[in-house]
Amino acid sequence: MTTLDILFGAVGLITAASAVLAVTTHQLVHAALWLVVTLGTLAGCYLILGAELVALVQLLVYVGAVVVLVLFALMLTRAPMGRSPEHSSAPIQRVAAAVIGAGITTLLAAVLLPALGGQIRSTRAGDTKGIATQLFGSWVWPFELLSLLLLAALIAALAVSRMPTPSAQRKSA
Amino acid sequence: MIHLWLPLTLVCVLVGAGSYGVIARRNAVLVLIGVELILNAANLLFVTMGSVLNDPLRTGHVLTLFLITIAAAEMGVALAVILALFRDRGHIDLSEPGA
Repeated sequence: MTTLDILFGAVGLITAASAVLAVTTHQLVHAALWLVVTLGTLAGCYLILGAELVALVQLLVYVGAVVVLVLFALMLTRAPMGRSPEHSSAPIQRVAAAVIGAGITTLLAAVLLPALGGQIRSTRAGDTKGIATQLFGSWVWPFELLSLLLLAALIAALAVSRMPTPSAQRKSA
Repeated sequence: MIHLWLPLTLVCVLVGAGSYGVIARRNAVLVLIGVELILNAANLLFVTMGSVLNDPLRTGHVLTLFLITIAAAEMGVALAVILALFRDRGHIDLSEPGA
């Protein structure tokens, strides 16, 4: 066991536990807050793997923006504050979902772990300069395209939220 | 130095938890949380491979940055759709049939 192994094990355990809690908790707002823990500790995992830039972007965009969007959506759809078991499906569907989730985990592990799991590698830490050079060199056109995508998403979100709903149209007709 | 089975196991667990959330939840926002977990598992796999492979283009890290941006855009549009759904139906329970 190396130092990075122990660090990653500790942070990864928190990530896995909070991810499971985020999809199983009966309180809607708690699900979003467990998602914060998952995404935050995942940024820690990136840091341990030597990807400082990605970890910071993860903190800024995911923990800062996406989670706030989720919380806004929960508030705007009048999510109940206390325990609300009616937001989970029937027990039979939950059992089926658990079986499918465990099956997907096992299948992925059966593919990934024998292929790469036995290896021990050194991480490439402190390589932000190399990433920046490549991002604005080789990857500059996909990067620019991404800004167009963001603009399109912004306009689409605006258009969708201003669109008259079918029930409103029925009322006015 | 790091043993690769640690991040790879975390990837598998995150995908499993995310797909459980997508299937088992009825609230549309909670389904989206499951989708986010699956996307983050993909990000972790990208970062792991980008960190340990000696790639001159830094594909793993750059694609992770792109994927984070795309996930943010997806989240914005998806939440706009959910709000439109809420205004139309008065609830966002995915197990009930539409009007």
